[in-house]
Amino acid sequence: MGVVKMADNIRMRAQLKGEITEVKLLMTHPMETGRRKNDSGDVIPANFIQTVTAMLNGKVLLQAEWGTGISKNPYLTFRMRGAKVGDVVRIDWTDNQGKTGVGEISVTLG
Amino acid sequence: MQRRNFIKALLAASALLLVPIRSLAASWNASAFQAIKLQEALAALQISNLSSSSDIQVTGPDKAENGAVVQIEVTSQIPKTESISIFVENNPTALIANFVFSEATLPSIVTRIKMAETSDVLAIIKAGNHYFSSKKRIEVLENGCG
Repeated sequence: MGVVKMADNIRMRAQLKGEITEVKLLMTHPMETGRRKNDSGDVIPANFIQTVTAMLNGKVLLQAEWGTGISKNPYLTFRMRGAKVGDVVRIDWTDNQGKTGVGEISVTLG
Repeated sequence: MQRRNFIKALLAASALLLVPIRSLAASWNASAFQAIKLQEALAALQISNLSSSSDIQVTGPDKAENGAVVQIEVTSQIPKTESISIFVENNPTALIANFVFSEATLPSIVTRIKMAETSDVLAIIKAGNHYFSSKKRIEVLENGCG
């Protein structure tokens, strides 16, 4: 149930290009399905991100529910209108084991 | 004095650490994500009256060398698109992800998914009380679901 520090688990970029801000995320997470076995034949327990919330200055931009079909070290790009340079994009995730991750980045000129 | 400054600096630094907002966690539709067959997943999401639309683009490779990492993009031009759901019919569980957009966010995402075998990648978008779909066939050369 520990808090994972942002530097360890989300690499983020938010770039303003014209009127649109593009946010790119790369999270560090094993995204284990619960179907794989290790070398001794034991099932590796499911361990995957279930919910992701993106916010701009505290207002929700995007809410996602994920299953085990999102690849290891999840990648996501999305775009939004109305953001300014210096606005803060924040990402929160929760996985099926109750772990959480959080990251913040300021919007920069692309 | 030095010690006091050090403690001050430490307190300032700890105030900057990000703390997750637990109440933010969106709900997770267990029955939809655990459904094996596409039809079961659609039922769990209460998706019905599906019509196909050329205003949704599902893009990705025609052939994926490694099914563990298949990058896809889904974009909707349908006005008032509220959400995009992604399904891989031939995966062990069909529902991959569900994205809900606020008004300022464009209904378009790029992500990387796992594919167990060659399958259609199906995108379903919700706009008002209507559901629209589009799909793309991706041939998978190596199982990516472990």
